[in-house]
Amino acid sequence: MSTESSYYVPEQSKLPIITATGMGLMAYGAASWVVSGGSMIFTAGLAIMAVVMFKWWSLVIDENMRGLANDQLKRSYVLGMLWFIFSEVMFFAAFFGALFYLRVIVNSWLGGDAAIGLFDDTPTDAAVANNALLWPGYETAWPPMVTPDEAANGANATFIGPDEAMSFPGWAKLLGWLPLWNTVILITSSVTVHIAHTGLKNNNRKQFIGWLALSVLLGMIFLVLQVEEYVHAYQHMGLTLESGIYGTTFFLLTGFHGAHVTLGTVMLLIALIRAIKGHFSNEDQFGFEAASWYWHFVDVVWIILFFVVYVFD
Amino acid sequence: MAHGPATLADGWRAYISRWVFTTNHKDIGTLYLWFSFAMFLMGGAFAMVIRAELFQPGMQLIRPEFFNQMTTMHGLVMVFGAIMPAFVGLANWMIPLMIGAPDMALPRMNNLSFWILPFAFAILTSTLFMEGGGPNFGWTFYAPLSTTYAPESVNFFIFAIHIMGASSIMGSINIIATVMNMRAPGMTYMKMPLFVWTWVITAFLLVAVMPVLAGAVTMMLMDINFGTSFFDAAGGGDPVLFQHVFWFFGHPEVYIIILPAFGVVSQIIPTFSRKPLFGYSSMVYATAAIAFLSFVVWAHHMFTVGMPIAGELYFMYATMLIAVPTGVKVFNWITTMYKGSLTFETPMLFSIAFVILFTFGGFTGLMLSIAAADMQYHDTYFVVAHFHYVMVAGAVFSGTAAIYYWLPKWCGKMYNETMGQVQFWVAFIGFNIAFMPQHFLGLAGMPRRYADYGLQFADWNMVSSIGAFIYGGAQIMLLYNVIATIRNGKPTTEEKTWEGAEGLEWTVPSPAPYHTFEKPPEFK
Repeated sequence: MSTESSYYVPEQSKLPIITATGMGLMAYGAASWVVSGGSMIFTAGLAIMAVVMFKWWSLVIDENMRGLANDQLKRSYVLGMLWFIFSEVMFFAAFFGALFYLRVIVNSWLGGDAAIGLFDDTPTDAAVANNALLWPGYETAWPPMVTPDEAANGANATFIGPDEAMSFPGWAKLLGWLPLWNTVILITSSVTVHIAHTGLKNNNRKQFIGWLALSVLLGMIFLVLQVEEYVHAYQHMGLTLESGIYGTTFFLLTGFHGAHVTLGTVMLLIALIRAIKGHFSNEDQFGFEAASWYWHFVDVVWIILFFVVYVFD
Repeated sequence: MAHGPATLADGWRAYISRWVFTTNHKDIGTLYLWFSFAMFLMGGAFAMVIRAELFQPGMQLIRPEFFNQMTTMHGLVMVFGAIMPAFVGLANWMIPLMIGAPDMALPRMNNLSFWILPFAFAILTSTLFMEGGGPNFGWTFYAPLSTTYAPESVNFFIFAIHIMGASSIMGSINIIATVMNMRAPGMTYMKMPLFVWTWVITAFLLVAVMPVLAGAVTMMLMDINFGTSFFDAAGGGDPVLFQHVFWFFGHPEVYIIILPAFGVVSQIIPTFSRKPLFGYSSMVYATAAIAFLSFVVWAHHMFTVGMPIAGELYFMYATMLIAVPTGVKVFNWITTMYKGSLTFETPMLFSIAFVILFTFGGFTGLMLSIAAADMQYHDTYFVVAHFHYVMVAGAVFSGTAAIYYWLPKWCGKMYNETMGQVQFWVAFIGFNIAFMPQHFLGLAGMPRRYADYGLQFADWNMVSSIGAFIYGGAQIMLLYNVIATIRNGKPTTEEKTWEGAEGLEWTVPSPAPYHTFEKPPEFK
């Protein structure tokens, strides 16, 4: 409930309409890009968005520095950020849900052994017929190294399964397994962000900036390793977007996570620049806190992803 | 803007920049309402094309391919362009007034949420003029019809949905932040008007499911252009996956459309019954229960897809459960009217029609929820009739009621009561002539989304088309009534337009000043 004696209502602004124009150009441009190949309109939209986002956040920061943002407005920003993160959670939920459905339910239907009930393993007639008539030879397996298409049509298939999967390689090769190192890096970065936060709360500027810089660095290293993993998958493992449902779910889940790490790293980097400029104090630190919440969120997503995409096959 | 908002007298430049650059919740609410009405007329024009073609058996006016584009665009424009923005417009206008806030919590983002929409719908509508035509796969855009077999314009549709979703999420976050953070002192949660309650729950649903819709169209985009196989069994995917993801969004979506309508009716019925709303807290809990249940019933749209029997049973019973909180609401509205001093002004007429027709639509929904019976009803005109009873007689009637109810507060002019009542009766009769026969058509076996039909369906189709044209005419009358009120309506300045009205919005002058509650009011 409101505790303020008066409110801050901003003046008219040109920023939203420019943002909307940029978004509209990006949407139209992206569609015409995939349809006919030209990226001009999309790039124009992206450029507008980049400039206007910079201006918009500069304005918000500036208003805050001038003391225009009262406690109530700050609470609105906090709510805005938290519900935005919730919407991101639901976006990932859609992809995790799809992975679960594809792995647990679709896979056994295609392989012809979808069970008749929860407590009875007998395959249903429909599943058996589905397998025998449409995808003969396909066997339920995860990760599926052979696609149903490949099992039924051999070399004529559109979707050819990967040569290798990203699965857990066994304890002997554990230390050479890239996803493990990525997990270590991301968890460490969450800890370093927390240490930076503690430094800020205790007015320890050196601790704050130092550990925040380390967090940004870890985020960047994670992204480099992720790119390295993709290159390896494409060049040496035969694992691509086209290699059936395994490649599909692998690249979409890790790809969207990577995109969010990129955004999170940019947010932390901006927080770092602002920290060096001395924008934050132990009372006024929302810009940094928002970035750190987002960072913890992408970290949690990675931990779930690490287990369901890499470890449990 | 020290002297208030720019009017036409200040010149075109000032007037246009007022609307384009505005951060005022009333301006943005007005923009949303006019935009949604424009979309309503466009979606309505598509519906008229459909009904004109179905007036007689055989193909008379358009080609079947274009018919498919019309059914698709009618659904998309009405759901995403007309009904949703109309209620967001009402939320923008009324929530700050009802909770004693000066504006929405994040006014600039509010403006952005609105101005994305014209771009999104320009992109969506432009697909009709593209090579290969616009989206032709139905508003539910099932894969593989919307992926493997779709026209190229599907890519424009996908990105239009993306930015529409961004607009909805930002709008909803704004509403949640406003309600949680901007209430006047004394305005505790359980004292909030029901319209505010239903909207904050709706906003929660939107933030939860719009990202899932974004996920669904993203998977489509990848399948179409980048060789993935989410919805292709050949690669190990499944077209049914699309239906699961879509309806995980789609079922909460129908409550997103109807919950604010519940809120509007819960404001209007007490006013014209001159009694407080019966069972306020049970209304709040029922709304929350409906919202919760909306997440766990999605596959009742998919009974014929080949689900295991355990799934069919679960989704059937879970769906039937929704009738309980919905029944609570219907009985509360009726009990509010019981022994009230009723008068029947236009908003009340629309609200009572809402209660009757929505309940009717709810009962046909209950019929559809029976998995065994749904095998027969699925994808017939019975389904079309069912959801038009809840969408049109539900959402659109309550939206119309809201316009008549709050119009005097918005523009300080009173609408012509006779004209309002005539419009109501034309709409009510036209609606029932249009959609009641569709139940019979569906039960007799006429499939939905067909451009042509067997001779046995001819009579009721002709009746339905006549009703649809009458109902379409009623919307032109509504437009006339609103414009006539704004231009020549009898001025009214009293705060309380309606004798029995309660709430903070009736404590400010009419028309509501450009800025209200710059100091928070005391609410007891």
